[in-house]
Amino acid sequence: MSAEQKQEPGTLREPSMLRQKAMTEGHYKRLAQAKETGKKVVYTFVPGNLTELLLAFDVLPVLPEINALQSGMRKRSGEYIAEAERQGHSEDVCTYVKCDIGMLLEGNVGPTGELLPEPDLLLLSYTGCFTFLKWFELLRERYDCPVAMLHVPYQSQGEIEPGMVEYVVEQIQTEVIPKLEEITGRKYDEDRVRELLGHSARAEDDLVAVLESAKHRPSPIDSYFGGVYYIGPLFTAFRGTLEAVEYYAQLRRETEERVRRGLGPITPAGEMSEERFRLVVEGPPNWTHFHQFWSMFHEQGAVVVASTYTKVGGLYDRGFRHDPSRPLETLAEYCLGCYTNLSLPARVDMIADYVNDYEADGFLINSVKSCNSFSAGQLVMLREVEERCGKPGAFIETDLVDPRYFSASNVKNRIESYFQMLDQRRAAETGEASPDRAPQRVTPS
Amino acid sequence: MSPHDNKPNNGTSATSPCGGCSGPQALAAPARGQLASGHAPLDDLLAHCEALYLDYDFEVLSEWKRKNPKGAAVGYLPAYVPREIFHAAGVLPVGILGAGEQLEIVRGDACFQSYICHLPRSVVELGASGRLKSLDGMVFPSTCDVIRNLSGIWQIMFPEKFTRYLDVPQTTDPRVGQAFFRQVISDLFRDLCELTGRKPEECDVSASIRLYGQNRAAIRELNALRRVEPWTVPGSEAYLVQRAAMLLPVEEHTQLVRDYLAAAKQAGRKSQDHARVSLCGVFCEQPPLGMLRTIERSGCAIVDDDAMQILRWLPTDLEGGDDPIDALAEAWCLDISESASRFVPDGTCKGAGFVKTVQECEADGVVFAAPSFCDPALLDRPMLVDACEAAGINSTSFQYAENTGQMQPIREQTGTFADSIKLWGDE
Repeated sequence: MSAEQKQEPGTLREPSMLRQKAMTEGHYKRLAQAKETGKKVVYTFVPGNLTELLLAFDVLPVLPEINALQSGMRKRSGEYIAEAERQGHSEDVCTYVKCDIGMLLEGNVGPTGELLPEPDLLLLSYTGCFTFLKWFELLRERYDCPVAMLHVPYQSQGEIEPGMVEYVVEQIQTEVIPKLEEITGRKYDEDRVRELLGHSARAEDDLVAVLESAKHRPSPIDSYFGGVYYIGPLFTAFRGTLEAVEYYAQLRRETEERVRRGLGPITPAGEMSEERFRLVVEGPPNWTHFHQFWSMFHEQGAVVVASTYTKVGGLYDRGFRHDPSRPLETLAEYCLGCYTNLSLPARVDMIADYVNDYEADGFLINSVKSCNSFSAGQLVMLREVEERCGKPGAFIETDLVDPRYFSASNVKNRIESYFQMLDQRRAAETGEASPDRAPQRVTPS
Repeated sequence: MSPHDNKPNNGTSATSPCGGCSGPQALAAPARGQLASGHAPLDDLLAHCEALYLDYDFEVLSEWKRKNPKGAAVGYLPAYVPREIFHAAGVLPVGILGAGEQLEIVRGDACFQSYICHLPRSVVELGASGRLKSLDGMVFPSTCDVIRNLSGIWQIMFPEKFTRYLDVPQTTDPRVGQAFFRQVISDLFRDLCELTGRKPEECDVSASIRLYGQNRAAIRELNALRRVEPWTVPGSEAYLVQRAAMLLPVEEHTQLVRDYLAAAKQAGRKSQDHARVSLCGVFCEQPPLGMLRTIERSGCAIVDDDAMQILRWLPTDLEGGDDPIDALAEAWCLDISESASRFVPDGTCKGAGFVKTVQECEADGVVFAAPSFCDPALLDRPMLVDACEAAGINSTSFQYAENTGQMQPIREQTGTFADSIKLWGDE
């Protein structure tokens, strides 16, 4: 039975959603079988990932942030974090790290219920997050395997400065490739990398078309919740594969069809029928209450037309494409350009551009306790973007995967107050009465 | 020529034992009767250091700028910047370590959520309140994500000011990291020279390297004596003396350390039978002075700590050679000092360097005191605790903030720790 035919009753899913789920499950299956198949396994991070290079060596990537967020969605992160804290980890630090350590301590069972393989290499792409350094120092204590360190300089002046690309390329040549050659017994095959990069570029074109479809009214996609749910696989283990090329081509076709039919985004409650608010969102989502969090938006007719979190894996909608003619340089530029590697002023520019380009009514910052890389400075960003756009911002606080830091009533109150304020502003601008704020209906499947 | 050449007192003045340093208290009340050797009495030196510690209006900096109208002053945050190139460019490097418990934070809190550490709040408060107006710029090193993002906040809040982020390499291969860091340092040096109107090629970086080498040698001597006779050089005093380096020109600070050492040796303090502890986690957000004194009063002698690591990194005998900036870059990459802000390369056991340091200073135990919400220190702690346990070293842990005012819980905890060491340390 094909993925398209496995439509579960009571839910509305487009074929691409089922396809990406099957792709993800297939990946975890391959990971579970890695020992039997002899595949080497490399743990690495989403921002600044070198997936094409890894795939050229025929290794399987494991992304600990993805495991952590999956644990959050499966309601397992609370116990994992508690286990890590029992082992001496502070309540104050990144919960992705603690969730991952806790999962490891409790047997390293992955999101599909199968055992995750131990790494043959830890590829530490230090891109936009200092905690990555500590994370892999901690994992190295547990696993007897080497670490390949890739230091990606920060774009502090809002641009890639002279010497940065060369520095990253040199590290790939002298640190990453030799260690991949060592664990796999294979030689670096540049032609293979070029081929995979070509696939990436094709998929990136389609991804950007999907993301930019949100400029239509109504937006056919939700760029934040939908963005991380079914638009995201490209950022994980699939960039560079033909599977990803086909997936994004399909997703683009489906999205364009929704635009043609004037349909809104698909939500867990069905198809959103009326688009009342268009928002830009900055910051990661909460994963432990993902659907509840999403419902606070779609029930009010709010759709996220652009988000920054979906850009931690690359700024394709800002023009970046992998370039097969310059394989290592393009990988370096990719790493340097990830969202969390941008300066605060550059992040402000990007959010302000999104608000304007996507004709958003406002923007919301979800500030997560765990992530200093994202969160430190967001209150300043809030004021800056408001000033630049003349659009109101909202600020809420949750966490990535620590259920103790998601207060549903507080978050809901703030979001509803914000929408009420948007309504009143709109009414004041148009001279019409503020509409009834009853939750909007969605069309069930 | 150094930026300090225009100063009337350059470190050799007989009337100003620490080279004419001019903290607010020193300006108001010149040092009392000096010893025949020319050294100021210990109390006066310490009072001067404490006045500098409390100088959150940076009056000493304003005074320096009045005396050095052609010089520039640039602030930097922990943990590491190559101060040598500041000096060579005619720039006074000024360590900005927050505002301790002295300053009410209003504007700083408006910039940060409750789960961000305290240091950036007080740094923003210092800037927004105009206390840093004498600074011509700020440099933010790559210590953690908060300091990194603070560089962006600074760009937004003070667009007219010189603001730079210093990307310190984390690569394990010194050859690669060195080339990159050479470029980073060169770029910063060029920009600093622009502030003072100097030509980089005419600056004597090697001479500055030598001056900082002398300073590191004096600091090393200070900490060596502290380890052997912690009653002669208590940890809280060593802290104050080293902290003065954040504000004073290097020549003056070196002299200050030497004066303190001479005065401390002559003070004839009685030995104490305290538990010897190493204090770990205080490398960025500073522990309140009251916290250090509380730990001491509870029966601990702080024989080592990781505060102000910048004063200790790099060799004391570093030479500039033909390419002094490359020499600085190389020295950083080859320095194997462990720190929460540095990645421990493959082949090195995390915590091994720390345990070695603890053993070398013959500490009986470790006090892990990390600032709340400090990712580097707090993520390091489980690994270091494990390393200590494997080596049979006892430890105790707590968290603090630079404005922590309630010391009684800390006193009880470290006092109990000291007692346990004394009672059962040999078991």
